[in-house]
Amino acid sequence: MSTQSKGMSWVGRSIRRLEDPALVTGRGYFTGDLAAAHWVRFVRSPVAAGRIVKIGAPESAMVITAANLASVKPIAPLLHKFNYKPVAQPILADGVVRFVGEPVAAVVAASEQEAEDIADAVVLTIDETAAIVDGRAALAADAPQVHATVPGNVIVEGAHKTDGFDAAWARAHRIVTVEARSHRQNATPMEPRGGHAAYDAASGRITLTCATQMPHLMRTAIADLIGMAESDLRVIAPDVGGGFGQKMSLAAEYVLLVWLARQYKSSFAWREDRRENLIAGFHARDQYLTLAGAFDADAKLIALKADIIANVGAYSCFPTTAGIEPLMAMAELPGPYDFRHYECRARGVVTNTCTIAPYRGVSRPVNAFGLERLMDKAAAAFGLDVVEIRRRNLVDRFPYTTAYGLELDEASYRQTLDVVAKAIDLPAFRARQSEARAQGRHLGIGFATFCERTGYGTATFVERGMAITPGWETVVVSVDQSGLVEARIGASPHGQGLRTTLAQIVADELGISPDMIKVVHGDTDRAPYGWGTFASRSLVISGGATLIAARKVRTKLLKLASHILEAAPHDIVLEDGTAKVIGTDRSVPIATLAHEAHTQSHLYDGIEPGLTDEGFYDPPGTFSNACHVAIVEVDIETGQVKIEKFLVAEDAGRIINPMIADGQVHGGVAQGIGNALLEEIIYDDTGTILTASLADYLPPTARDVPEIDMHHLTTPSPNSVTEAKGLGEGGTIGAPAAVINAINDALVAFGVTIDEIPATPQRIRAALRNLSSPSPLWGAEKGGV
Amino acid sequence: MSEKTAITLHINGRDYAIAVEPRRTLADAIREDCGQTGTHLGCEHGACGACTVLVDGEPVRACLMFAVQADGKSIRTVEGLADGDTLHPLQQAFMEHHGLQCGFCTPGFLMLAVGVLEREPDISDDDLLDVLSSNLCRCTGYQNIVKAVRAAAQQMRGNRPAR
Repeated sequence: MSTQSKGMSWVGRSIRRLEDPALVTGRGYFTGDLAAAHWVRFVRSPVAAGRIVKIGAPESAMVITAANLASVKPIAPLLHKFNYKPVAQPILADGVVRFVGEPVAAVVAASEQEAEDIADAVVLTIDETAAIVDGRAALAADAPQVHATVPGNVIVEGAHKTDGFDAAWARAHRIVTVEARSHRQNATPMEPRGGHAAYDAASGRITLTCATQMPHLMRTAIADLIGMAESDLRVIAPDVGGGFGQKMSLAAEYVLLVWLARQYKSSFAWREDRRENLIAGFHARDQYLTLAGAFDADAKLIALKADIIANVGAYSCFPTTAGIEPLMAMAELPGPYDFRHYECRARGVVTNTCTIAPYRGVSRPVNAFGLERLMDKAAAAFGLDVVEIRRRNLVDRFPYTTAYGLELDEASYRQTLDVVAKAIDLPAFRARQSEARAQGRHLGIGFATFCERTGYGTATFVERGMAITPGWETVVVSVDQSGLVEARIGASPHGQGLRTTLAQIVADELGISPDMIKVVHGDTDRAPYGWGTFASRSLVISGGATLIAARKVRTKLLKLASHILEAAPHDIVLEDGTAKVIGTDRSVPIATLAHEAHTQSHLYDGIEPGLTDEGFYDPPGTFSNACHVAIVEVDIETGQVKIEKFLVAEDAGRIINPMIADGQVHGGVAQGIGNALLEEIIYDDTGTILTASLADYLPPTARDVPEIDMHHLTTPSPNSVTEAKGLGEGGTIGAPAAVINAINDALVAFGVTIDEIPATPQRIRAALRNLSSPSPLWGAEKGGV
Repeated sequence: MSEKTAITLHINGRDYAIAVEPRRTLADAIREDCGQTGTHLGCEHGACGACTVLVDGEPVRACLMFAVQADGKSIRTVEGLADGDTLHPLQQAFMEHHGLQCGFCTPGFLMLAVGVLEREPDISDDDLLDVLSSNLCRCTGYQNIVKAVRAAAQQMRGNRPAR
């Protein structure tokens, strides 16, 4: 980075966020704040599977059904690999319903309340057919078929087997197995989805404002489905109240809004309510993961066998497709561990449930849960402690190619483990654990070591066989004649603080303070085409493109300053908003340079007019890493788990703003704790959803999340021009594994194994109740081991 | 559709004379009829607390109260927290301690905390945690919200040391 600002680098400082003043004063601008001429309410299927016989609408009501949408294409994303079977999702159910919550009709009225009243009066007659809800059951030969085009309900299937696997397997000293079950989650952003489409009579264009993470791709996709010119559609992502992946997938509802605005030349809005969000706003993590690890006599993993069944719901999400969970699980399962042989079968299975889409961590929380359980079980089998088993198995040489073929760049797997192990003092904990056990209290400790693939560009999406490869980013940096800088980015942050961190990067290059830099995003008319914010990519890719663009602008500023100040560019520094000749009092304000660049460029040899340049970045990807440790207490009478302590040692390379980075980890860990203990979307056997409110689906509260003890390591990545690795998902990836390992450790003396998340009080009590004989450990009076 | 009732909401010191259906929630009235969109709706079930406002000084989930019930009452929302350009200590503390990310739940947390700290300035850390656990945040993991509210509490007590 810049050499001139050594004393005063903005990068690396916990400056306050530029986003905050508006948000703490109620001046944020969210989709639901917009008024509209017409409001839309969706009538959703009350049954999981069936044929629509009749949609009975009240007279004079405006009710849109599939019959009105003959000209609109269904959502049908493609994957060119892994035996993918394309499925089409109509914008409104076309004759068949496939999950509870599927939009069947859209009521349009002058107010939201009126639309709701009319929707309540719409009578759906649906000839119910047999539904299949569970991913494993959907594989049975006689299971109902969700789509005629997907025989056997397997929509995508990946397989991997390294050469020499069988021979390696045969050398095993010991086989350790895990049957992990991850139940279904909803990302649950605090702002549900919502959209507002308005027709502009002067230009004939439509503006769709919506809670999305990918405004440009929404524009491309919706224009394509409707058959309109992409330039006639403007998509705005205003303030977006969290996304966590849920808001990156195309909502059929948005397509309908744009169609309505275009058809009726007016404005139409839809605000998803929480029930809709919980039943139809995309789900995640519904997986069975069966692992078997072959270990040699030194407790070194030599081969891993995995079977992954991912229930992907009724349709295939756009753009990542139904392959996202099973295929990412297969590719990234080896994690940070050093073993050469890997056999995996990963299937995506369609069912009559809400469609699965990316959710923070995508499959890796389940991967880490399974693999870290395997490590703990292996430790027990070999009589090793849980730190030692990991120390023996973690990758410690770089670059390292995993047994799937991913290249791990420089990281600190063992170091992060050592840092937390030292901080927690394992022997001291074991002594405390024994004492507590003697008093009838059951403490446990759990470790989770993992890597988080971040900032990956086009090549990764090509490798996945995706028809759309959302890898690169473009950033345009310009200085106006008042000296104000704009960075227009294709990423679309929604809480990550990117306006601040990118401003810090630009500030160091141009020698101005971050508050002079406006990061412009979330408006397809203003921002260059880009892929949005997801997959822990924005700081790496958009940040990298920002740095590249800012450096070009910097070079031009120096060149111009060298003409004006009559000094060599390398003798000039940019700081405090001016260009200065080192060791002299000669300087010129950057605003003056910008003015000259725009109006007087003819005076300077080799200077093109204007002060705008573009940076493009498409990196190969990098891996952040971390080790999480949870200490829990399990109440064996109630099954309640209390997290007493939580430690994180993380390494995300160079940190641009430590305050923001820590905030990402805190929030991720909280979601991981929810995943481990509380959050579960539950369907009954008929496909009716039982968790349709936040009184039933339970994100953690301030009482459920402990203070997190953070430790930082810094291994800069050669695969990132800013040397920063992303870290948006890591907290969510490691926490479930650490918590579940801790619960199992607390219950080890009972001979109980919990390999199911969330580990609710009911599940823990059921496991304890199912013990074949009463344990001698019940109650304090019995003493402990 | 039922008849509308004329009511007056006193929001942040200003009177809003509006006509609402009896079923209109206070949250919808504040947002739609009075145009104060800083108050957000996260669940409309009273579970998430994003819509928390102060009614006669008490934190209320505005999605669970009918607008007609608030007729004539004094309501405070996030828009009224700052004094001109001077932010409320809680707003300041949320920025300093990174107590917000996407900012959607923030107005609710701010109003919840203001209501509680005005009523009970010496609230213990543990009781405060109980109170803050009545609202949901999905981004921050709460740690920095708790830190921010504790810091603001101390400042609001006139910087005397915490108990």
